[in-house]
Amino acid sequence: MSEVGGLVDKLSGEPEIDPGRRKFLTAATSVTAAVGAVLAAVPFAESWMPSERARALGAPVEVDLAKLQVGQMITPTWRLQPIYIVRRDPAMVDALPKHDGELKDPKSEDSIQPPYARNEMRSRRSDLLVMIGICTHLGCLPKLFADVGDPTLGADWPGGFRCPCHGSRFDLAGRVFKGSPASTNLVVPPYSFRGENTLIIGVDNGSTKGAA
Amino acid sequence: MAHDAMAKAANGAAGKAGLWAWINQRLPVELFWRSQLTEYYAPKNFNFWYFFGSLALLVLVMQLFSGIFLAMFYKVGADTSFDSVEFIMREVSFGWLILYMQSVGASAFFLVVYLHMYRALLYGSYKSPRELLWLFGMIIYLALMAEAFMGYVLPWGNMSFWAATVIINLFGTIPGIGPGLVEWIRGDYGIADSTLNRFFSLHVVALPLVLLLLVALHLVALHEVGSNNPDGVEIKNKKDARGIPLDGIPFHPYYTVKDIVGVCVFLTLMGLVVFFDPTFGNLFLEKANFEPANPLSTPAEISPSWYFTPYYAILRAVPNKGMGALLMLIAVTSFFFLPWLDRSPVKSIRYRGWIFKSFLGLFTISFLALMYLGMQPAQGIYITLSRLFAVPYFAFFGLMPFYSRLDPVKPVPERVTFHG
Repeated sequence: MSEVGGLVDKLSGEPEIDPGRRKFLTAATSVTAAVGAVLAAVPFAESWMPSERARALGAPVEVDLAKLQVGQMITPTWRLQPIYIVRRDPAMVDALPKHDGELKDPKSEDSIQPPYARNEMRSRRSDLLVMIGICTHLGCLPKLFADVGDPTLGADWPGGFRCPCHGSRFDLAGRVFKGSPASTNLVVPPYSFRGENTLIIGVDNGSTKGAA
Repeated sequence: MAHDAMAKAANGAAGKAGLWAWINQRLPVELFWRSQLTEYYAPKNFNFWYFFGSLALLVLVMQLFSGIFLAMFYKVGADTSFDSVEFIMREVSFGWLILYMQSVGASAFFLVVYLHMYRALLYGSYKSPRELLWLFGMIIYLALMAEAFMGYVLPWGNMSFWAATVIINLFGTIPGIGPGLVEWIRGDYGIADSTLNRFFSLHVVALPLVLLLLVALHLVALHEVGSNNPDGVEIKNKKDARGIPLDGIPFHPYYTVKDIVGVCVFLTLMGLVVFFDPTFGNLFLEKANFEPANPLSTPAEISPSWYFTPYYAILRAVPNKGMGALLMLIAVTSFFFLPWLDRSPVKSIRYRGWIFKSFLGLFTISFLALMYLGMQPAQGIYITLSRLFAVPYFAFFGLMPFYSRLDPVKPVPERVTFHG
């Protein structure tokens, strides 16, 4: 095509076309435009990130534990997520290691938690379980079935949580049982204590009083 | 053929004087009318299964129309959405009718689209030269799923909230970028007002535009290659002296009139549902969605709308989150590959052998069984059965390159027939 073009150009006396230069200019213009288009898309994509207001509302929250009884659960919210706080008695804690064989991740090696909760109890204090109450499968809220041998879950149920959406089951340390669609244990948020009875959810650099 | 039509249209328009000719010299109205309708030749042996393309178009227009009116009364926002839907239901004149047209219309859309897709499976309409036509159709199906899902979130009922939670968390299973992606989609640390607001924008502006564009491409591709038919015979291979297919009849008036009959029957049935049973026994609108969204209370049992349940059953059947999401993705996207998985020399089920018929039959049963199982609680026998029916579902696609080649096919006639 360039040969024919060149010939016609000579006959007509028009300036010759330089195909190499034309190709370079076309490519350079296209690349510049493409880079520009990608950069222009950045602010639009960024606009979907949590807003300043959402971030501010995600600040740490304080919870008073004075009235929490053994076997009871309270669910304050932090960052729009329900936080499950359960007061456990020594019997519940002692029973935890007994069903390690039925768990997917008994040592919490593949699960998400701060380093101080990476233990069998998945907590800072053995008497207090603090977790994000959102199923690690697809985000529903597991329900607490604290009683051993709960009639809906069978005689060998050691106490724990069951998700109503897809049937994932967790023990009283939020560790997932085998056969559940969820693959990891319930997530433990960063938390710390101020004094004996004040829990701060969202920061892990407060007092570490009572760490096991 | 397009050039013939163009020449004729030009002559026709030039031969007339006045406004019509003036317009046609500036806008090819007559050319379009002739080339796409009165001189677009469709096979003369279309049957019942060929109603659903035009019906899908009708439902799309109806959804756009009722949606425009709903947006006049609906107030998007975590504090206002639920109340405004109740306002539409109780206080806007005929608001209940417009809202039920939209909600029943969503289910009708999927019913029609599933039958339309099943027609393609029966008669091999995805096979060469209609691969692109099929791909556009499949992208429409995906866009429709996104559109339906986001529309389901807008009333901000409790099922809306938890459906959004589950579906958005599916993106969290993507290795590496998952958790960040989920936060980006939600715009907050949980499903929140920000999520609802962007879904509204996508549902009423972005996705309808995308759908209209895709439907236009689907139709252009259809009119380029021409319709398949129940015999799977290419009518363009046998033409008369004027270049018109011997087995073709002009789309207008023949099929426009036929389609209007289909429209009458369809609207009668849809009217019965809209007026007498708009929730269709908890199937089109779920009970849990008549209470406001509550981030602290998951409904006792959650399941998506019926048109998503076959895939949902597969998701739940796998005791591993990542694998479940992956298998669900494969279950949806397998349809895309049909044109290349199918190695049979014939298109239509009429000339296929017992092997293909058996696999298609098993696939049909599995799809319906999974649809039922996805609506049941996630436990015991339902999970076991879901696993069982997932096998023939995937075998239909996975083994197709083998069994479609081994299938003892019958000879295909030269011309279309009328025995079905």
